Amino acid sequence: MGLFKKKSSCHSNAGVVTGAVKKVALVGNPNVGKSVLFNALTGAYVTVSNYPGTSVEVARGSAAINGTTCEIIDTPGMYSLLPITEEERVAREILLKESPDVVLHVLDARNLERMLVMTLQLIDAQLPVVLVVNIMDEAERMGLSIDLPLLQEKLGIPVIGAATAKKRGLDEIRKAIAVYSRRKHAVFAYSKRLEADIDSVSQLINGDYALSKKSVALLLLQRDEEVSALVAEREGEGFAAIAGKVREKTFERRESFHLDLSMERKGVVKGLLAGVFSLPDKRVVTFSERLSRWAVRPLTGIPLLLLVLYYGLYKFVGDFGAGTLVDFLEGTLFEQYFNPWVTGLVKGIIPWIPIQELFVGEYGVLTLGLRYAVGIILPIVATFFLFFSILEDSGYFPRLALLVDRVFKKIGLTGRAVIPIVLGFGCDTMATMVTRTLETVRERVLATLLLALAIPCSAQLGVILALLSKAPGALLVWGVCLILIFLLIGFLAARLMPGETPMFYMELPPMRLPQLSNVLTKTYTRMQWYFMEILPLFILASVLLWIGKLTHFFEMAVEWLSPVMGMMGLPKDVAVAFIFGFFRRDYGAAGLYDLQTKGILDGRQLTVAAVTLTLFIPCVAQFLVMKRERGLKVALAIGVFVSTLAFGSGYLLNQFLLVTKLV
Amino acid sequence: MKLSDKAEEILEALWIAVEEEGKGFAEIDQLGIPAGDPAYQELASRTLIEVKEGRVYFRPEGREEGRRTIRRHRLAERLLMDVLNVRGEAGDDKACQFEHLLNEGVDAKVCTMLNHPTTCPHGKHIPPGDCCEEARRSGDLGVVPLTELKSGEEGEIAYIQTEDSKKMQKLMAMGVLPGNRIVLSQTFPSYIFRVGFSEFAIDSAMAREIFVRK
Repeated sequence: MGLFKKKSSCHSNAGVVTGAVKKVALVGNPNVGKSVLFNALTGAYVTVSNYPGTSVEVARGSAAINGTTCEIIDTPGMYSLLPITEEERVAREILLKESPDVVLHVLDARNLERMLVMTLQLIDAQLPVVLVVNIMDEAERMGLSIDLPLLQEKLGIPVIGAATAKKRGLDEIRKAIAVYSRRKHAVFAYSKRLEADIDSVSQLINGDYALSKKSVALLLLQRDEEVSALVAEREGEGFAAIAGKVREKTFERRESFHLDLSMERKGVVKGLLAGVFSLPDKRVVTFSERLSRWAVRPLTGIPLLLLVLYYGLYKFVGDFGAGTLVDFLEGTLFEQYFNPWVTGLVKGIIPWIPIQELFVGEYGVLTLGLRYAVGIILPIVATFFLFFSILEDSGYFPRLALLVDRVFKKIGLTGRAVIPIVLGFGCDTMATMVTRTLETVRERVLATLLLALAIPCSAQLGVILALLSKAPGALLVWGVCLILIFLLIGFLAARLMPGETPMFYMELPPMRLPQLSNVLTKTYTRMQWYFMEILPLFILASVLLWIGKLTHFFEMAVEWLSPVMGMMGLPKDVAVAFIFGFFRRDYGAAGLYDLQTKGILDGRQLTVAAVTLTLFIPCVAQFLVMKRERGLKVALAIGVFVSTLAFGSGYLLNQFLLVTKLV
Repeated sequence: MKLSDKAEEILEALWIAVEEEGKGFAEIDQLGIPAGDPAYQELASRTLIEVKEGRVYFRPEGREEGRRTIRRHRLAERLLMDVLNVRGEAGDDKACQFEHLLNEGVDAKVCTMLNHPTTCPHGKHIPPGDCCEEARRSGDLGVVPLTELKSGEEGEIAYIQTEDSKKMQKLMAMGVLPGNRIVLSQTFPSYIFRVGFSEFAIDSAMAREIFVRK
């Protein structure tokens, strides 16, 4: 296990034996402050990685608590021990496979009644649970009172009140982790009938599991396929009898087993909370609730959305990121200082001109590859991810999702898809990966197609906004074209693809002020991922372009494409931007930027080129992700369709502009 | 004492003949139960019917009992079709067996759950019971889908009707459970409701599946 080696090597305490590491897993519903607690406990040593075989991110970090090194795992949000989504599956997998020494169940004090149901499940499973009742400050502000010592007594596990965002309760949590020792705890009894059903199954189980036999039996009765597979593997020949019993019991209770179980658990929680939880006489309406109202009412929500887009996307990412920052980094730092300096340096060391060209020529790895990556793409992507993380942490996305759900239904998606679509404005490749969180295959394919076609990524968007902002008419034509194509193709694709649009349901977490440290961590990890992914491609692209130039293949390709360019009324030099676009979408836009600064294009040509390039085939990375996620056939079909549509639209738009003289 | 199944069937057939077809009596041959059956004796001994010369007449108590019996039968039909989705001949068959269970107040509960229906699946009138009268007097809308609530109104979740068990589990895990209070705060563009201190958004298709008692 490479993880452990890395951990002990980065710790000064060399005496720590790897086996002595205490594992602590944070579990709980989404939006209860798990990540904030995680950051508060771990500090600097954090690795965020996809759980093997999934796109679900799991953060791990280490912390020294009372002299013991602890590995802290931040699991994805889960509602119940019986998983439905991929996130929940991963969270449970961690509990099952990694057998943590302490399981910190974090829940929201305001929703104690609802969330304690999962605590019951964890207790049933005989997991080493410590309950953290978080967000106590908000609960107090709303006038709720919770008798934590009484709850601890009733539950029989340690219970800690906390407000992690305010650093309250952290010491108690650390102490609880340090002194915790695993022991069996009392479990709550269900009705006689249910207990008898559970017993009849659990008696047959012989193997050893991370969860108690009672819990395993319950999951089997709920027809959990993964647990069933696990039991089949462990029990060997004994499994036939178990499966038979489970079949018999699930058949007996087929009418309403899930509901009965939920109702029984609800009953237990009600009993637990008697005397523990008391509500205020009058409901207190907080400012965040008022803000939430504004965000979800169409009358105020749409203006608010426009405001967010204008200030967030246009002003911050467009003006500041793609304007001010790019001007400084690219224009000043690279063009004036770095490029002349490195060109001189390389020419001094390497006498052969072709090799010089590889590093510092027109398409040089350093003068072009690095300049594009650091000078143009970095500031735009950084500002976008910052903007995205702030929105994400404020709880705005679920509200946006419900606002657009009706419109998205028309294009075969649900409001849920708004998150990958908005993320697509940052990086389409990342967004294509995130489409996994959508419920049906049909929805995933539709979202993948729309991302490939009509959603420009931040780098491309930034460059295009900068290009077209000098001609407001061109910008308007570009925007209208993209929105129309997005809706039209979405509408048609949803009609042509068989299947139904799934229903939409989402929890609305309370709106809150994002925490700076959290936002920065998120932005940083996203940037890191992005750069690991794009920098090699930028360098590869530079090398390929260099080879292309040496072998004159490049000029040939420009010649081949020139009829297509002519058809769209563009000078043949624009082909360069399209060839760049094969490597990176944003690279293509940056190429266009270069051409424009040379003054080759007029307004009409610029508009046509910008629209075509935005629609045009996704970059190599996005194509690879499309292939991985949706299969080669779908990826190829989307690629061909998108390219044809891009050039077709370019042609039509050119004709239209020639006739109307709009731009 | 509960009547036998056969006796209930005789009452039903007689009630239809007298109340819906306007006859004064029913011929034994038309009732589908042979004349020698002890069920006739049972009914006669409880002064519900009178049998004279192969004809069956209601006594005043019998008419009322017949009304309640037909009500149970038609409620059973509704229940089987609307809730359990058993249709056609199988539905009629099952309803005949089911109706006998709907006594001692169970019929009122079923009637309330079905929101006091007035006709059976075949379009025939269901005689109203006390629960229907009371519901009408209090203006109680009974159990309605969430879509029927106005924003700002609240109620208690009665049941969830969905064929997708995953979705049911998800809803239950989110706290949408029978017996919990639900407050609807918005109906457009999506439905927004609150259970406890949590808020959820759902589309109208889903809102139709959550049934609420006002």
